[in-house]
Amino acid sequence: MLRDLFQRETKRREALAVAQVVPEPIRCVQCGICTYNCPIAIDVRRHAMTGSPVLDSHCLTCGECIARCPRGVLRFEAAPGLRPQARA
Amino acid sequence: MATRYLIIGNGAAGLSCAEAIRRRDRSGAIATLSEEAHGFYSRPGLAYYLTGTIPEKQLFCRSEREVRALGIHRMHGRATEISPSRHTVAIASGGQIAYDCLLLAPGALAVRPKAPGIELQGVVTLDSLNDARQILRLARHARRAVVVGGGITALELAEGLTAQGVETHYFLRRDRYWSGVLDSDESRLVEDRLEEEGIRIHRHTELSTVLGRRGRVCGVQTDRGLRIDCQILAVAVGIRPRLELARSAGLATGRGIVVDEMMRTSDPDIFAAGDAAEVLDPATGSSTLDSLWWVALSQGRTAGENMAGGQARVDRGVPFNVTRLGGMTTTILGTVGQPRKDDDLVAIARGDSNTWRESGDGLTIEDDRAQSRLRLLIGPREIVGAVIMGDQSLSRILQILIREAADITPIREQLLAHPERCGELLTLFWNTWNGGRHGAQP
Repeated sequence: MLRDLFQRETKRREALAVAQVVPEPIRCVQCGICTYNCPIAIDVRRHAMTGSPVLDSHCLTCGECIARCPRGVLRFEAAPGLRPQARA
Repeated sequence: MATRYLIIGNGAAGLSCAEAIRRRDRSGAIATLSEEAHGFYSRPGLAYYLTGTIPEKQLFCRSEREVRALGIHRMHGRATEISPSRHTVAIASGGQIAYDCLLLAPGALAVRPKAPGIELQGVVTLDSLNDARQILRLARHARRAVVVGGGITALELAEGLTAQGVETHYFLRRDRYWSGVLDSDESRLVEDRLEEEGIRIHRHTELSTVLGRRGRVCGVQTDRGLRIDCQILAVAVGIRPRLELARSAGLATGRGIVVDEMMRTSDPDIFAAGDAAEVLDPATGSSTLDSLWWVALSQGRTAGENMAGGQARVDRGVPFNVTRLGGMTTTILGTVGQPRKDDDLVAIARGDSNTWRESGDGLTIEDDRAQSRLRLLIGPREIVGAVIMGDQSLSRILQILIREAADITPIREQLLAHPERCGELLTLFWNTWNGGRHGAQP
């Protein structure tokens, strides 16, 4: 069980290191569903309005905003310059 | 002396205009005049407020602090008349507001069908936050509602009322939903989803009379004599641009307030943007009327830059909208029209573009998968339109390929022969085409 927890945390951190939430502003109607559903209250809508990736270091990359957005504004994209290290 | 800018309207066009003015002119006096007492909110977000997905406060996408930081003086009131010669706007409560440069962004209002009893309490439309509040208030005590109309708003009303626990009946005048834009399979997909949600669809059914008791709706009668008891009648048969102010000023109007590519009306100091603006295309002589959020933002921005001395021209791009139809994310791009009239709408709908209805010359290919559907309209060399329902992974690619009128000759024959492989073919083509595009840049 402990190992499961550890692996989950490792996976989360890997995702955090390699991906970020990226908006496509032209699809956004500023409804705020993303911000409302962010578990740590990042104002994702502001990023969607301005077109800037969610680079907040607190972002869990949980994908809640991506899943909830009714207009497909948000997506995960590899963070530039950061790639997962190949495993031996 | 600082320039006095006046913006009439509280929607997307008005706000983006104010922001654009402030970027160019730090000292000008910007005032907004709105019939709505509250601040700027997301009009498309009202659909999610009706379903209870978000609370009301979430709709407000600019804080009071941000509005103050822009130096906007907000006024609540109704403009009644414009005097272009004196550069003043009269307001209903009395008094005049002087301007040097004026933006008209009054939006559009829902059309009410002509039926006896349509003025009864309980007949609702969805134009504004106040309308949404009224619908929610009525839904608390209503057992049953009837929805008539087409396009996106009719579904927003039907799904919102259902989510509020109101038994909802949806009337379609002919055999299917949104027949001017969707093909019959797409309509069926949406209708199936609506029925799964518990919405009762009545095809070939027209509203004939609204029945009332003590000034309130108590039912409706259809053209075939069916009577349905209900406490709410929601109508979404189209919208009409608000032209009364423009006409009071003697401005050129057609279906909307006529503007050039710089969003300037026939008066050099008055601009217009958003749902009320009809943009003339000097190249073709044609004009377009859109009711799309991003178009309103873009037009407002263009108007604002030009009001502050710029020389911007509006970028029409490819008309597109992303919405939820029966719970499915749906993107509509370019020219996708069906060669038949949509009898559920008497005017353009909200979230709508006239361009979609233009019937494409191209051939149609379809790729149906479980819970997803893609329809492409393929011209001689390029993709001219697309309807993407469900899975949106090709949406961004198609948006760019259609906007740029990319020459798809290398895959055109394969696409037509193997529509089931269109995802793979488009992705491969995109990788090459996009790589070449970026490679060509200095």
